[in-house]
Amino acid sequence: MARIPAEKHTPLVLSVEGVDKSFDGFKAIDDLNFYLSDGELRTVIGPNGAGKSTFMDLVTARTKPDNGKILFHRDDGEDIDLTRVREHHVSQLGIGRKFQNPTVYKSHTVYDNLKLSLSGKRGLLHALFYRESPSDRDKIFSVMETIRLAKHADVIAGALSHGQKQWLEIGMLLAQDPKIMLVDEPAAGMSDEETERTGELLLSLEGKHSLIVIEHDMEFVRQIARRVTVLHQGHVLKEGSFDFVKSDPRVIEVYLGRQARKH
Amino acid sequence: MKIFDTRIEFFGFIAAACVLLLVLPSMNAFFPEGSALHVSSFQISLWGKYVTYAVLAMSLNALWGYTGLLCLCQSLFFALGAYAFGMYLVLHIGVDEVYNTPLPVFMDFQGYTELPWYWAPFEWGPFAVLAAVAIPGLVAFAFGALVFRSRIKGVYFSIITQALTYALMLLFFKNNLELFGQSYILFGGNNGLNDFKEIFGADVNSAATQRWLFVASVVLMLLVYLLIAWVLKTKFGKVQQAIRDSENRIRFSGYSTTAYKLLIFTVCAMIAGAAGALYVPQVGGINANEMTPAKSLDVVVWVAFGGRGTKFGPILGAVVVSMLKSYFLRAAPDSWLIILGAIFIFTVLFMPNGLVGLPKQLKPLWKRIRNSSAPGGESPATSGS
Repeated sequence: MARIPAEKHTPLVLSVEGVDKSFDGFKAIDDLNFYLSDGELRTVIGPNGAGKSTFMDLVTARTKPDNGKILFHRDDGEDIDLTRVREHHVSQLGIGRKFQNPTVYKSHTVYDNLKLSLSGKRGLLHALFYRESPSDRDKIFSVMETIRLAKHADVIAGALSHGQKQWLEIGMLLAQDPKIMLVDEPAAGMSDEETERTGELLLSLEGKHSLIVIEHDMEFVRQIARRVTVLHQGHVLKEGSFDFVKSDPRVIEVYLGRQARKH
Repeated sequence: MKIFDTRIEFFGFIAAACVLLLVLPSMNAFFPEGSALHVSSFQISLWGKYVTYAVLAMSLNALWGYTGLLCLCQSLFFALGAYAFGMYLVLHIGVDEVYNTPLPVFMDFQGYTELPWYWAPFEWGPFAVLAAVAIPGLVAFAFGALVFRSRIKGVYFSIITQALTYALMLLFFKNNLELFGQSYILFGGNNGLNDFKEIFGADVNSAATQRWLFVASVVLMLLVYLLIAWVLKTKFGKVQQAIRDSENRIRFSGYSTTAYKLLIFTVCAMIAGAAGALYVPQVGGINANEMTPAKSLDVVVWVAFGGRGTKFGPILGAVVVSMLKSYFLRAAPDSWLIILGAIFIFTVLFMPNGLVGLPKQLKPLWKRIRNSSAPGGESPATSGS
């Protein structure tokens, strides 16, 4: 076994340094540097094609960077190089991802959706001989409370509303007890009321988990924003409070300006 | 842990087991020919064949219906199992009277005087039985490992499995394989393996043997049914269906979908191989025609027609379509393929849940008919009062 430092040496949970990634000559990510503190709620915004989704793919080991370092700082002080981890191991390390379109197991009940997501063993034999323990049940019910789906435990996930599916998927992340949660456009396609509830839900997770939220809807960003990172052409354009980045002329130029013109 | 979903399913299973394992075989054995209660040996081996088809359909359903893998090489695994056991049978024909050779006649034709080394172990029954299950399993494991690791999915998976079927079919149609300057005799080429005489010391064509083969096929079917029912109740079964519904999500939840798919694919190939091994002595032969891609497509039609993703659907589909085939091949031999195509198109367009899903599908329609007729019947009475 490698040496394991007893204590964490950094307040960070994720550091991305000097990362490049091209697809067929197109530079999707260009010298990206990004640091996430433990327990932080970070919002990432940027126009289409800014590299937001590629950024998530990189952190979740779905794609490998051409250059640069992506380190996950664990509580025990060990640093894990995410560029060398297999995709299905990432979630076991404690990084959960919510996809842009709600992806739930539509022929399973809400309860089973969460059961499959509980942290624990993932092997073939384990799955064949797994028995539900009372603590698993408690965990599932507490997650269902958090995402306000406790009354829908036995509903088939395919029959939920769009907003409920999004919450269920957030719940599936929570069931894994992740250190870092990557949430891709959680409010897309939601009603105003659902959007606000989603915001409350994410804010309530701050501190317990470190969150990266990618979002388009500026109203929603205003609701949840603590620190905001603006991506542009695969590069961090600006980072700071919502009001700070909003008033930056370059941000207005590349993002807010375009959106303002569109409306 | 409960394996069955409903009491009806439980009693249905018990009833089916009683009828198939006790009633039918004893009606064949104990009632004299000509009696109204007699079931002929022809019927017994015909139904034995249907039962092996049903097992084949169940193995495809586990892949396609529950895991979302539309595998077009299931008949290949079936045929591999059939060949492995057919090799045992063909080695126990004894000395041929016409050609006066202890070897299978096709070897004699090629000038062989002794059994090639890779044929020799198949003389021993237990080895052949084991090989009938293990060879399809090994082929599936090796092929699946390559395919699933490269993340070949969806229609590409179907195409590549069909290509495998086609490649091996071409191989099995050959008499000899020339490899590195050596010639290896294969498995009887066009004619395949047939004209069996003896199975584990008994006459393969006797009524008693056919009856035991029928019973063995039914036992296999019931065991496979229980296996599938059990797996569906476990977390493994839920992961399996989650792979079908959203493979990305389940992989990202930390499940190695490659390992899951590989295990399911291998086990299903072994089940198909076991069904093939029971098929060959009941039908009396196996040749490479059973490996044509069209045979694997037949299985897809059975499963779709009976009800994909249901436990009973594939059994029903395999039996009903095979019965229709037996009937139409006598009544209108030229039109069978057109009818089969029509069945498939009709299923895809109008019966998405197959025969098994039909009652549920027709329920709203039936309600509407009843409701529209009920007020019509009452209205004269209300207007009269």
